[in-house]
Amino acid sequence: MITREIDKKTIYSYLEQVQDPEVPALNVIDMGIVRDVLLHDDGCLEIIITPTYSGCPAMDVISMNIRILLSTIGFKKIEITQVLSPPWTTDWMSEEGKRKLRNYGIAPPNPKQQVCSDKLFAPNEAVQCPHCDSWHTHRVSEFGSTPCKSLYVCDDCKEPFDYFKCH
Amino acid sequence: MRSQSTNHLINYILHLADDSLILGHRNSEWCGHGPVLEQDIAITNISLDLIGQGRNFYQYAAKLTNESTPDPSFAATEDTLAYLRDIRQFKNCLLVEQPNGDWAQTILRQFLFSAYQFYLYQQLQNSNDETLAAIAEKSLKEVTYHLRWSSEWVIRLGDGTSESHQRMLNAIDELWVYTGELLIAASYELRAMSTQQGVDLTILKPKWEEKVKDIFVEATLPWPGERFQQIGGKEGKHSEHLGYILAELQYMQRAYPGCEW
Repeated sequence: MITREIDKKTIYSYLEQVQDPEVPALNVIDMGIVRDVLLHDDGCLEIIITPTYSGCPAMDVISMNIRILLSTIGFKKIEITQVLSPPWTTDWMSEEGKRKLRNYGIAPPNPKQQVCSDKLFAPNEAVQCPHCDSWHTHRVSEFGSTPCKSLYVCDDCKEPFDYFKCH
Repeated sequence: MRSQSTNHLINYILHLADDSLILGHRNSEWCGHGPVLEQDIAITNISLDLIGQGRNFYQYAAKLTNESTPDPSFAATEDTLAYLRDIRQFKNCLLVEQPNGDWAQTILRQFLFSAYQFYLYQQLQNSNDETLAAIAEKSLKEVTYHLRWSSEWVIRLGDGTSESHQRMLNAIDELWVYTGELLIAASYELRAMSTQQGVDLTILKPKWEEKVKDIFVEATLPWPGERFQQIGGKEGKHSEHLGYILAELQYMQRAYPGCEW
């Protein structure tokens, strides 16, 4: 039975130390995958998280890292619950997260969903190069090094880069 | 004693899980062998999505199994369901276990299945089972990518060179016989439909046909129409291929029970 919510702000600030293993520039709060933090009657601390993609292998590592961190801080009983609905979208990513991504060399998701339709041969989404700021870029592949990214290349500075695709 | 009503639901969920796992495994065989790097990455990304969806279904099936037969010595997990069931207990359709063949055959298999899965999940979002509805809602976003990507490839190959066109025709001959089963309900699907937990496949059939027809027209591929159809996979009667898949997939857990790495 859930009776009260503890000082969420403190827990959230702890969770900021848990990085995404595949995009180490971001922590789990930046990613927007922490849905809620609850303290149960029996003292159990429950962290509710949601996956970015169903098969994202980082989720298991993230759950483990959250558990390790909170036990180190002193929480005895920790439960990590995964919820799927409503599904995660890139809108859940924080502005701070988007800024960090860019500095890390990954183009952040565009603010407006442009690609998640079943329209065929749709024009490439315009994405700004995180290296030289040019908009003169093109998509090499819709699928990239992780499920959440696609591959782009800049036609001005010629550098390839990952784009954290709208989802 | 497990009640009949839970039994059919568990079977229904295992069917959904097995479809995703087996196709995910098949696609993963392309890892490092794709025709170009980007498409190698694409097909393995699709694998990952499918295996992830499979995991969500297996976790739910394991939970229901343990609730209905509380016996700690036989506790089901996503791993026991994927790694320790025998071939006759697998409920995937025949299409997903077919060999990769060439790129055309892999693409066509993915397209035919994604078109089915797209409408399936669209309907399953309305399931009165909250967990199934949530998995469907989550997965639908991913399947939308799969369907678009595979549709584009069917068109590219079908309407490409004379060789790519011929390879698509060969793929149709190879795979069409397994498409009918997708839309013929097994007993547990009928039960799940009647309790509004599952999906009515008769609603899916015209949608699937329309989608496949549209893409085939654009790909300049002929509509194969009514042909003899193989069925049985959903009831555990599989083609010779599934045994080989499971032999590889399950080898470690069979040889070294409970091994972790």
